[in-house]
Amino acid sequence: MGMAIAHAQASGMGGMRTAGDLVARVQLAKGLRIREAKQYVADRLHISVIDLVDPVIMSEVRAELGLGIMMPLGKTPKGVECKFNIERLLGFEMNCLKTFKVNAGLA
Amino acid sequence: MSKNYTRMGDGSPVELTDAELRKDLEDGANDAADRGKVPSLTEEDYKYLMELFQRKDRFVGVDVGNEVVLTYDEGTLKLKRHALLEDRLQALTIYERLFGADTIELCHVDYSYKPVKPIVGYEQGSLEMALLMTHAPLLYGAMPNLGLYTQPDGPCPNPMELLPQGKIKEARESYEAIIKDSVKDIVFASAAMHESGADGINFDTVGASGDPDFLASLLAMEQLTTKYPGMAIEMGMAGEFVLGTHGDLYYDGTRLAGLYPHGQVVLAEKAGATIFGPVVNTNTDRSIPWNLARTVVFVRACSKAAKIPVHANMGMGVGAVPVWDYPPVDVLSRASKALVELCDLDGL
Repeated sequence: MGMAIAHAQASGMGGMRTAGDLVARVQLAKGLRIREAKQYVADRLHISVIDLVDPVIMSEVRAELGLGIMMPLGKTPKGVECKFNIERLLGFEMNCLKTFKVNAGLA
Repeated sequence: MSKNYTRMGDGSPVELTDAELRKDLEDGANDAADRGKVPSLTEEDYKYLMELFQRKDRFVGVDVGNEVVLTYDEGTLKLKRHALLEDRLQALTIYERLFGADTIELCHVDYSYKPVKPIVGYEQGSLEMALLMTHAPLLYGAMPNLGLYTQPDGPCPNPMELLPQGKIKEARESYEAIIKDSVKDIVFASAAMHESGADGINFDTVGASGDPDFLASLLAMEQLTTKYPGMAIEMGMAGEFVLGTHGDLYYDGTRLAGLYPHGQVVLAEKAGATIFGPVVNTNTDRSIPWNLARTVVFVRACSKAAKIPVHANMGMGVGAVPVWDYPPVDVLSRASKALVELCDLDGL
Protein backbone atom coordinates (compact mmCIF):
# COMPACT_ATOMS: atom_id res chain seq x y z
CA MET A 1 0.00 0.00 0.00
CA GLY A 2 2.98 2.25 0.43
CA MET A 3 3.14 2.38 -3.33
CA ALA A 4 -0.35 3.86 -3.78
CA ILE A 5 0.27 6.41 -1.05
CA ALA A 6 3.70 7.36 -2.40
CA HIS A 7 2.34 7.95 -5.91
CA ALA A 8 -0.53 9.99 -4.48
CA GLN A 9 1.97 12.19 -2.66
CA ALA A 10 4.48 12.43 -5.51
CA SER A 11 2.16 12.94 -8.47
CA GLY A 12 -1.53 12.59 -7.60
CA MET A 13 -4.10 15.36 -7.60
CA GLY A 14 -5.28 14.53 -4.09
CA GLY A 15 -8.69 12.95 -4.64
CA MET A 16 -11.51 14.53 -2.66
CA ARG A 17 -9.01 16.47 -0.55
CA THR A 18 -8.81 18.64 -3.66
CA ALA A 19 -10.51 18.28 -7.05
CA GLY A 20 -8.82 15.04 -8.14
CA ASP A 21 -12.05 13.06 -8.18
CA LEU A 22 -13.77 15.72 -10.30
CA VAL A 23 -10.98 15.84 -12.88
CA ALA A 24 -10.97 12.03 -12.97
CA ARG A 25 -14.73 12.06 -13.67
CA VAL A 26 -14.19 14.35 -16.62
CA GLN A 27 -11.40 12.14 -17.98
CA LEU A 28 -13.60 9.07 -17.73
CA ALA A 29 -16.77 10.67 -19.08
CA LYS A 30 -15.28 12.76 -21.86
CA GLY A 31 -11.92 11.09 -22.55
CA LEU A 32 -10.13 14.41 -22.13
CA ARG A 33 -6.40 14.61 -21.55
CA ILE A 34 -5.22 16.12 -18.29
CA ARG A 35 -4.88 19.78 -19.28
CA GLU A 36 -8.30 19.90 -20.92
CA ALA A 37 -9.90 17.95 -18.06
CA LYS A 38 -8.43 20.31 -15.45
CA GLN A 39 -9.52 23.37 -17.43
CA TYR A 40 -13.06 21.96 -17.77
CA VAL A 41 -13.40 21.50 -14.01
CA ALA A 42 -11.79 24.86 -13.22
CA ASP A 43 -14.22 26.61 -15.57
CA ARG A 44 -17.22 24.86 -14.01
CA LEU A 45 -16.03 25.79 -10.52
CA HIS A 46 -15.05 29.34 -11.53
CA ILE A 47 -11.56 28.95 -10.05
CA SER A 48 -8.08 28.82 -11.54
CA VAL A 49 -6.47 25.54 -12.59
CA ILE A 50 -3.79 25.80 -9.92
CA ASP A 51 -6.50 26.00 -7.23
CA LEU A 52 -7.73 22.52 -8.18
CA VAL A 53 -4.90 20.90 -6.22
CA ASP A 54 -5.01 23.22 -3.23
CA PRO A 55 -6.64 21.40 -0.29
CA VAL A 56 -7.36 24.64 1.58
CA ILE A 57 -9.16 26.34 -1.29
CA MET A 58 -10.87 23.17 -2.46
CA SER A 59 -12.15 22.29 1.01
CA GLU A 60 -14.01 25.59 1.06
CA VAL A 61 -15.26 25.20 -2.50
CA ARG A 62 -16.42 21.63 -1.88
CA ALA A 63 -18.17 22.53 1.37
CA GLU A 64 -19.94 25.47 -0.25
CA LEU A 65 -21.12 23.43 -3.25
CA GLY A 66 -21.86 20.19 -1.39
CA LEU A 67 -19.32 18.12 -3.33
CA GLY A 68 -18.18 16.00 -0.39
CA ILE A 69 -15.56 16.87 2.21
CA MET A 70 -13.06 14.91 4.23
CA MET A 71 -14.77 15.35 7.60
CA PRO A 72 -18.51 15.51 6.94
CA LEU A 73 -20.25 16.36 10.17
CA GLY A 74 -24.01 16.62 10.66
CA LYS A 75 -26.28 18.04 7.95
CA THR A 76 -23.55 17.99 5.30
CA PRO A 77 -24.00 16.11 2.01
CA LYS A 78 -22.36 12.68 1.96
CA GLY A 79 -21.90 9.91 -0.60
CA VAL A 80 -24.61 9.74 -3.22
CA GLU A 81 -26.06 13.08 -2.11
CA CYS A 82 -22.83 14.75 -3.21
CA LYS A 83 -22.96 12.96 -6.54
CA PHE A 84 -26.16 14.79 -7.45
CA ASN A 85 -24.40 18.08 -6.76
CA ILE A 86 -21.34 16.94 -8.73
CA GLU A 87 -23.48 15.90 -11.71
CA ARG A 88 -25.24 19.25 -11.75
CA LEU A 89 -21.95 21.10 -11.44
CA LEU A 90 -20.07 19.19 -14.12
CA GLY A 91 -22.98 19.34 -16.54
CA PHE A 92 -23.14 15.78 -17.82
CA GLU A 93 -25.03 12.65 -16.82
CA MET A 94 -22.99 10.39 -14.53
CA ASN A 95 -23.40 6.66 -15.01
CA CYS A 96 -23.25 6.04 -11.26
CA LEU A 97 -26.57 7.86 -10.79
CA LYS A 98 -28.57 6.23 -13.60
CA THR A 99 -29.56 3.05 -11.75
CA PHE A 100 -29.96 4.96 -8.48
CA LYS A 101 -32.45 7.34 -10.08
CA VAL A 102 -34.48 4.43 -11.48
CA ASN A 103 -34.46 2.56 -8.16
CA ALA A 104 -35.36 5.67 -6.18
CA GLY A 105 -38.20 6.57 -8.52
CA LEU A 106 -36.41 9.70 -9.70
CA ALA A 107 -36.29 8.73 -13.38
CA MET B 1 34.41 11.60 -6.42
CA SER B 2 30.87 11.74 -4.99
CA LYS B 3 28.53 8.90 -5.69
CA ASN B 4 24.83 8.89 -6.29
CA TYR B 5 22.69 6.63 -4.13
CA THR B 6 20.08 4.71 -6.09
CA ARG B 7 18.90 1.14 -6.56
CA MET B 8 18.92 -1.81 -8.88
CA GLY B 9 15.74 -3.09 -10.52
CA ASP B 10 15.29 -5.60 -7.68
CA GLY B 11 15.34 -2.77 -5.16
CA SER B 12 18.79 -3.42 -3.73
CA PRO B 13 20.85 -0.26 -3.04
CA VAL B 14 23.70 0.74 -5.36
CA GLU B 15 25.98 3.76 -5.69
CA LEU B 16 26.86 5.16 -9.10
CA THR B 17 29.41 7.80 -10.08
CA ASP B 18 28.19 10.60 -12.34
CA ALA B 19 29.81 8.86 -15.30
CA GLU B 20 28.18 5.53 -14.43
CA LEU B 21 24.83 7.25 -13.95
CA ARG B 22 25.03 8.99 -17.32
CA LYS B 23 26.05 5.74 -19.05
CA ASP B 24 23.14 3.82 -17.51
CA LEU B 25 20.71 6.54 -18.60
CA GLU B 26 22.06 6.50 -22.16
CA ASP B 27 22.12 2.69 -22.38
CA GLY B 28 18.55 2.36 -21.09
CA ALA B 29 17.20 5.06 -23.37
CA ASN B 30 18.98 3.71 -26.43
CA ASP B 31 17.77 0.17 -25.72
CA ALA B 32 14.15 1.37 -25.83
CA ALA B 33 14.73 3.56 -28.88
CA ASP B 34 16.32 0.65 -30.72
CA ARG B 35 13.62 -1.88 -29.83
CA GLY B 36 10.66 0.46 -30.35
CA LYS B 37 12.09 2.37 -33.32
CA VAL B 38 11.25 5.61 -31.52
CA PRO B 39 13.30 8.71 -30.65
CA SER B 40 15.74 8.41 -27.74
CA LEU B 41 16.24 11.05 -25.04
CA THR B 42 17.45 14.58 -25.70
CA GLU B 43 20.33 16.33 -23.94
CA GLU B 44 17.72 18.27 -21.94
CA ASP B 45 16.17 14.99 -20.79
CA TYR B 46 19.57 13.68 -19.65
CA LYS B 47 20.16 16.88 -17.69
CA TYR B 48 16.76 16.47 -15.96
CA LEU B 49 17.42 12.83 -15.10
CA MET B 50 21.03 13.43 -13.95
CA GLU B 51 19.83 16.12 -11.55
CA LEU B 52 16.98 13.90 -10.37
CA PHE B 53 19.35 11.11 -9.33
CA GLN B 54 22.01 13.49 -7.96
CA ARG B 55 19.52 15.01 -5.52
CA LYS B 56 19.88 13.87 -1.92
CA ASP B 57 16.15 14.06 -1.19
CA ARG B 58 14.59 10.92 0.19
CA PHE B 59 11.33 11.78 -1.59
CA VAL B 60 10.55 13.99 -4.57
CA GLY B 61 7.36 15.06 -6.33
CA VAL B 62 6.12 16.79 -9.46
CA ASP B 63 6.22 20.57 -9.65
CA VAL B 64 3.02 22.24 -8.42
CA GLY B 65 0.60 22.28 -11.33
CA ASN B 66 1.88 19.06 -12.88
CA GLU B 67 -0.28 16.72 -10.78
CA VAL B 68 -2.16 13.95 -12.57
CA VAL B 69 -5.10 11.66 -11.96
CA LEU B 70 -4.51 8.25 -10.40
CA THR B 71 -6.34 5.05 -11.32
CA TYR B 72 -5.70 1.68 -9.66
CA ASP B 73 -5.68 -1.98 -10.48
CA GLU B 74 -6.80 -4.62 -7.99
CA GLY B 75 -8.10 -1.73 -5.90
CA THR B 76 -9.84 -3.50 -3.04
CA LEU B 77 -7.67 -6.61 -3.31
CA LYS B 78 -4.50 -4.79 -2.28
CA LEU B 79 -5.81 -4.13 1.21
CA LYS B 80 -7.16 -7.66 1.52
CA ARG B 81 -3.79 -9.22 0.78
CA HIS B 82 -2.38 -7.56 3.88
CA ALA B 83 -4.81 -9.68 5.92
CA LEU B 84 -6.62 -6.59 7.14
CA LEU B 85 -10.01 -7.35 8.60
CA GLU B 86 -12.00 -5.01 6.40
CA ASP B 87 -14.74 -5.34 3.83
CA ARG B 88 -14.29 -4.19 0.24
CA LEU B 89 -16.66 -1.28 0.82
CA GLN B 90 -14.51 -0.12 3.71
CA ALA B 91 -11.43 -0.51 1.53
CA LEU B 92 -12.93 1.86 -1.02
CA THR B 93 -13.60 4.52 1.59
CA ILE B 94 -10.05 4.09 2.93
CA TYR B 95 -8.65 4.71 -0.55
CA GLU B 96 -10.90 7.69 -1.05
CA ARG B 97 -10.57 9.40 2.31
CA LEU B 98 -7.15 8.32 3.58
CA PHE B 99 -5.02 7.58 0.51
CA GLY B 100 -5.95 10.66 -1.54
CA ALA B 101 -7.20 8.45 -4.38
CA ASP B 102 -8.67 10.27 -7.37
CA THR B 103 -10.57 7.13 -8.41
CA ILE B 104 -11.42 3.87 -6.67
CA GLU B 105 -11.75 0.34 -7.98
CA LEU B 106 -13.92 -2.54 -6.78
CA CYS B 107 -12.73 -6.03 -7.63
CA HIS B 108 -13.24 -9.68 -6.83
CA VAL B 109 -10.47 -11.58 -5.05
CA ASP B 110 -10.08 -13.85 -8.12
CA TYR B 111 -9.30 -10.85 -10.31
CA SER B 112 -10.50 -12.24 -13.66
CA TYR B 113 -13.69 -11.87 -15.74
CA LYS B 114 -14.37 -15.60 -16.00
CA PRO B 115 -14.85 -16.24 -12.24
CA VAL B 116 -16.86 -13.00 -11.91
CA LYS B 117 -19.48 -14.30 -14.37
CA PRO B 118 -21.27 -16.78 -12.03
CA ILE B 119 -21.31 -14.33 -9.10
CA VAL B 120 -22.00 -11.16 -11.04
CA GLY B 121 -25.29 -10.54 -9.21
CA TYR B 122 -23.43 -10.39 -5.89
CA GLU B 123 -20.82 -8.08 -7.41
CA GLN B 124 -23.56 -5.78 -8.70
CA GLY B 125 -25.09 -5.57 -5.23
CA SER B 126 -21.74 -4.69 -3.68
CA LEU B 127 -21.04 -2.10 -6.35
CA GLU B 128 -24.43 -0.46 -5.94
CA MET B 129 -23.94 -0.25 -2.16
CA ALA B 130 -20.46 1.18 -2.64
CA LEU B 131 -21.82 3.86 -4.96
CA LEU B 132 -24.10 5.09 -2.19
CA MET B 133 -21.31 5.79 0.27
CA THR B 134 -18.40 6.96 -1.88
CA HIS B 135 -17.70 10.14 -3.84
CA ALA B 136 -14.86 9.40 -6.28
CA PRO B 137 -15.45 7.70 -9.64
CA LEU B 138 -15.79 3.95 -9.02
CA LEU B 139 -14.41 1.50 -11.55
CA TYR B 140 -14.91 -2.25 -11.63
CA GLY B 141 -11.79 -4.13 -12.63
CA ALA B 142 -10.67 -7.60 -13.64
CA MET B 143 -8.26 -9.32 -16.03
CA PRO B 144 -9.13 -11.10 -19.30
CA ASN B 145 -6.79 -13.88 -18.06
CA LEU B 146 -7.08 -16.28 -20.98
CA GLY B 147 -5.12 -18.88 -19.07
CA LEU B 148 -8.32 -19.79 -17.22
CA TYR B 149 -9.86 -21.17 -20.42
CA THR B 150 -7.42 -24.06 -20.89
CA GLN B 151 -7.91 -27.64 -19.75
CA PRO B 152 -8.19 -28.96 -17.10
CA ASP B 153 -9.67 -25.75 -15.61
CA GLY B 154 -11.33 -24.58 -18.83
CA PRO B 155 -12.85 -26.00 -22.00
CA CYS B 156 -10.00 -25.65 -24.51
CA PRO B 157 -6.78 -27.61 -25.11
CA ASN B 158 -3.75 -25.82 -23.68
CA PRO B 159 -1.81 -24.13 -26.50
CA MET B 160 1.30 -24.07 -24.30
CA GLU B 161 1.22 -27.86 -24.28
CA LEU B 162 0.43 -28.13 -27.98
CA LEU B 163 3.16 -25.79 -29.19
CA PRO B 164 6.12 -27.82 -27.85
CA GLN B 165 4.65 -30.83 -29.67
CA GLY B 166 4.80 -28.91 -32.93
CA LYS B 167 1.00 -28.74 -33.11
CA ILE B 168 0.93 -25.13 -34.23
CA LYS B 169 -2.35 -25.35 -36.13
CA GLU B 170 -4.10 -26.99 -33.17
CA ALA B 171 -2.65 -24.44 -30.76
CA ARG B 172 -3.88 -21.56 -32.88
CA GLU B 173 -7.34 -23.10 -33.20
CA SER B 174 -7.49 -23.47 -29.44
CA TYR B 175 -6.52 -19.82 -28.95
CA GLU B 176 -9.21 -18.76 -31.42
CA ALA B 177 -11.85 -20.70 -29.44
CA ILE B 178 -10.55 -19.18 -26.20
CA ILE B 179 -10.87 -15.68 -27.64
CA LYS B 180 -14.55 -16.27 -28.43
CA ASP B 181 -15.31 -17.59 -24.93
CA SER B 182 -13.38 -14.86 -23.14
CA VAL B 183 -14.99 -12.05 -25.13
CA LYS B 184 -18.42 -13.34 -24.06
CA ASP B 185 -17.37 -13.37 -20.39
CA ILE B 186 -15.72 -9.93 -20.46
CA VAL B 187 -18.75 -8.39 -22.18
CA PHE B 188 -21.22 -10.13 -19.85
CA ALA B 189 -19.55 -9.06 -16.61
CA SER B 190 -18.63 -5.55 -17.80
CA ALA B 191 -22.13 -4.86 -19.11
CA ALA B 192 -23.64 -5.93 -15.79
CA MET B 193 -21.34 -3.66 -13.78
CA HIS B 194 -21.90 -0.76 -16.18
CA GLU B 195 -25.67 -1.14 -15.89
CA SER B 196 -25.33 -1.16 -12.10
CA GLY B 197 -23.62 2.21 -12.27
CA ALA B 198 -19.87 1.66 -12.49
CA ASP B 199 -18.22 4.88 -13.60
CA GLY B 200 -15.76 2.84 -15.61
CA ILE B 201 -14.53 -0.66 -16.34
CA ASN B 202 -10.87 -1.57 -16.00
CA PHE B 203 -9.46 -4.22 -18.33
CA ASP B 204 -6.30 -4.97 -16.40
CA THR B 205 -3.17 -6.94 -17.32
CA VAL B 206 -4.23 -7.11 -20.95
CA GLY B 207 -1.97 -9.22 -23.13
CA ALA B 208 -0.76 -11.47 -20.30
CA SER B 209 -1.47 -14.47 -22.56
CA GLY B 210 -0.07 -12.71 -25.61
CA ASP B 211 -1.78 -11.54 -28.77
CA PRO B 212 -4.99 -13.63 -28.19
CA ASP B 213 -5.43 -11.86 -24.85
CA PHE B 214 -4.98 -8.44 -26.47
CA LEU B 215 -7.38 -9.28 -29.31
CA ALA B 216 -10.05 -10.59 -26.93
CA SER B 217 -9.86 -7.32 -24.98
CA LEU B 218 -10.09 -5.18 -28.11
CA LEU B 219 -13.09 -7.13 -29.42
CA ALA B 220 -14.86 -7.01 -26.05
CA MET B 221 -14.24 -3.29 -25.82
CA GLU B 222 -15.59 -2.77 -29.32
CA GLN B 223 -18.80 -4.67 -28.47
CA LEU B 224 -19.29 -2.84 -25.18
CA THR B 225 -18.76 0.66 -26.52
CA THR B 226 -21.05 -0.07 -29.46
CA LYS B 227 -23.82 -1.24 -27.12
CA TYR B 228 -23.15 1.50 -24.53
CA PRO B 229 -21.89 4.66 -26.27
CA GLY B 230 -19.83 6.74 -23.88
CA MET B 231 -19.01 3.80 -21.62
CA ALA B 232 -15.66 4.42 -19.93
CA ILE B 233 -13.10 1.63 -20.25
CA GLU B 234 -9.50 1.73 -19.13
CA MET B 235 -7.13 -0.74 -20.76
CA GLY B 236 -4.02 -1.50 -18.72
CA MET B 237 -1.40 -3.72 -20.32
CA ALA B 238 0.52 -6.68 -18.91
CA GLY B 239 3.87 -6.06 -20.57
CA GLU B 240 5.70 -3.70 -22.87
CA PHE B 241 5.59 -6.04 -25.85
CA VAL B 242 2.64 -8.07 -27.14
CA LEU B 243 3.88 -11.64 -27.23
CA GLY B 244 2.98 -13.59 -30.37
CA THR B 245 1.70 -16.69 -28.61
CA HIS B 246 -0.63 -17.16 -31.61
CA GLY B 247 1.42 -15.03 -33.97
CA ASP B 248 -1.09 -14.41 -36.73
CA LEU B 249 -3.79 -12.27 -35.14
CA TYR B 250 -4.81 -8.86 -36.47
CA TYR B 251 -7.07 -6.01 -35.40
CA ASP B 252 -8.16 -3.50 -38.02
CA GLY B 253 -5.42 -4.78 -40.30
CA THR B 254 -2.62 -4.44 -37.77
CA ARG B 255 -0.71 -7.50 -36.61
CA LEU B 256 -0.80 -7.64 -32.83
CA ALA B 257 2.31 -9.67 -32.12
CA GLY B 258 5.29 -7.43 -31.47
CA LEU B 259 3.44 -4.20 -30.80
CA TYR B 260 5.05 -1.81 -28.35
CA PRO B 261 3.02 0.75 -26.33
CA HIS B 262 2.92 3.41 -29.07
CA GLY B 263 1.33 0.86 -31.40
CA GLN B 264 -0.93 -0.65 -28.75
CA VAL B 265 -2.54 2.67 -27.85
CA VAL B 266 -3.63 3.32 -31.43
CA LEU B 267 -5.59 0.05 -31.50
CA ALA B 268 -7.01 0.64 -28.03
CA GLU B 269 -8.39 3.97 -29.25
CA LYS B 270 -9.93 2.36 -32.32
CA ALA B 271 -11.63 -0.25 -30.14
CA GLY B 272 -13.13 2.43 -27.91
CA ALA B 273 -10.80 2.73 -24.91
CA THR B 274 -11.19 5.84 -22.77
CA ILE B 275 -7.84 5.53 -20.96
CA PHE B 276 -4.77 3.52 -21.94
CA GLY B 277 -2.23 2.17 -19.47
CA PRO B 278 1.15 1.33 -21.04
CA VAL B 279 3.58 -1.00 -19.31
CA VAL B 280 7.36 -1.08 -19.47
CA ASN B 281 8.89 -3.97 -17.58
CA THR B 282 11.58 -3.43 -14.95
CA ASN B 283 14.84 -5.29 -15.54
CA THR B 284 16.13 -6.47 -12.14
CA ASP B 285 19.74 -6.80 -13.39
CA ARG B 286 19.92 -3.14 -14.36
CA SER B 287 19.86 0.02 -12.27
CA ILE B 288 16.74 2.12 -11.77
CA PRO B 289 18.31 4.98 -13.81
CA TRP B 290 18.73 2.52 -16.72
CA ASN B 291 15.14 1.33 -16.28
CA LEU B 292 13.72 4.82 -15.90
CA ALA B 293 15.40 6.21 -19.01
CA ARG B 294 14.18 3.18 -20.95
CA THR B 295 10.63 3.61 -19.60
CA VAL B 296 10.55 7.31 -20.44
CA VAL B 297 11.44 6.61 -24.08
CA PHE B 298 8.71 4.00 -24.53
CA VAL B 299 6.00 5.85 -22.59
CA ARG B 300 6.72 9.22 -24.19
CA ALA B 301 6.28 7.66 -27.64
CA CYS B 302 2.99 6.19 -26.45
CA SER B 303 1.79 9.49 -24.99
CA LYS B 304 2.66 11.31 -28.23
CA ALA B 305 0.77 8.75 -30.31
CA ALA B 306 -2.31 8.93 -28.07
CA LYS B 307 -5.42 11.06 -28.38
CA ILE B 308 -6.97 9.55 -25.22
CA PRO B 309 -5.58 9.97 -21.68
CA VAL B 310 -2.54 7.83 -20.89
CA HIS B 311 -2.10 6.45 -17.36
CA ALA B 312 1.26 4.67 -17.20
CA ASN B 313 1.43 1.56 -15.06
CA MET B 314 3.84 2.14 -12.18
CA GLY B 315 3.33 -0.73 -9.80
CA MET B 316 5.76 -3.27 -8.48
CA GLY B 317 7.99 -4.41 -11.36
CA VAL B 318 6.81 -2.01 -14.07
CA GLY B 319 7.40 1.63 -14.94
CA ALA B 320 10.91 1.70 -13.43
CA VAL B 321 9.51 0.69 -10.05
CA PRO B 322 11.62 -2.06 -8.46
CA VAL B 323 10.45 -5.67 -8.43
CA TRP B 324 9.74 -5.55 -4.74
CA ASP B 325 6.39 -5.66 -2.94
CA TYR B 326 7.13 -2.52 -0.94
CA PRO B 327 9.09 -0.31 -3.33
CA PRO B 328 11.44 2.17 -1.62
CA VAL B 329 10.07 5.69 -1.93
CA ASP B 330 13.41 7.20 -3.00
CA VAL B 331 13.32 5.53 -6.41
CA LEU B 332 9.53 5.21 -6.66
CA SER B 333 8.99 8.94 -6.21
CA ARG B 334 11.75 9.73 -8.72
CA ALA B 335 10.17 7.43 -11.28
CA SER B 336 6.72 8.90 -10.58
CA LYS B 337 7.93 12.48 -11.06
CA ALA B 338 10.04 11.80 -14.15
CA LEU B 339 7.43 9.80 -15.99
CA VAL B 340 4.70 12.39 -15.43
CA GLU B 341 6.89 15.36 -16.35
CA LEU B 342 8.93 13.93 -19.21
CA CYS B 343 6.14 11.96 -20.87
CA ASP B 344 3.33 14.51 -20.61
CA LEU B 345 1.18 11.92 -18.87
CA ASP B 346 -2.47 12.28 -17.96
CA GLY B 347 -2.34 9.90 -15.03
CA LEU B 348 -0.75 6.91 -13.42
